[in-house]
Amino acid sequence: MRWLSLAALLFAFWLALSGHYTAMLVTAGIVSTAVCVFAAVRMRALDPEGHPIELLPRTVTYYPWLVREIASSAWGVTKIILHPALPISPCMTVVEASQKTAAGLATYANSITLTPGTITAGVDGNKFTVHALVRDGAIDLESGGMDRRVTAFEGKT
Amino acid sequence: MTLVVEIASWSLILLGSFFTLVGALGLVRMPDVYTRMHAVSVIDTLGIGMTFLGLAVQAGFSLVTLKLLFLMALVFFTWPVVTHALAQACLHAGVQPQLAEDRREFGRHATDVQGEGRPSSN
Repeated sequence: MRWLSLAALLFAFWLALSGHYTAMLVTAGIVSTAVCVFAAVRMRALDPEGHPIELLPRTVTYYPWLVREIASSAWGVTKIILHPALPISPCMTVVEASQKTAAGLATYANSITLTPGTITAGVDGNKFTVHALVRDGAIDLESGGMDRRVTAFEGKT
Repeated sequence: MTLVVEIASWSLILLGSFFTLVGALGLVRMPDVYTRMHAVSVIDTLGIGMTFLGLAVQAGFSLVTLKLLFLMALVFFTWPVVTHALAQACLHAGVQPQLAEDRREFGRHATDVQGEGRPSSN
């Protein structure tokens, strides 16, 4: 079933990028989609890690929250950069991730890095080494608010 | 109508340019490689995001807007991977971050000790 959703998405992507809907080009799109899906199946890349389509419904709540979070911390970093005294207090810390799946862990690590002011610098199992621009950013992550959000986003798997 | 669209899109593009400039300024002001990466993240998020949004408003509802959204998604998913790879490569190469505080030792236990992010002892 997973291959069907991948095929549908790839074909929609082709149509969106092409913009020309002649029989020749649409056929080429169908053929390319088939080849890509076949390659993904052959490479055994078509699993919950390679194509985590079941996360799609929950992106509706998670990503808007993440975008708001990113915007507010980007504004925070902007104020630090423009501050004459450059009030930074760089910290390294280790946070524990409570996600079970590879897609969930990757989402958490990516979310930390996407949020300005924190970067995931190392991953060891479910322990992330994080570099934070200010001490508060590190403490915020250690308290695990984002971790719980990502685990909820991951769902029961 | 077109005037409103023009003002909205140019405000977004100019705001995006402002954040890109701020990121570039941060790149110069920050003391070491890790803190510089934080400065650049302002460009990748608010800078690119607002510029692209402004361009999307210019393009209206069309395939161009959809393609801009694809580009934003591409940046959104690849940028953290690149940053992570760079930070990890720096750590492996032995570039020591200038730290105000190293919480790596007790940060590890912070979540199960108190949930406050602070160790109960010491």
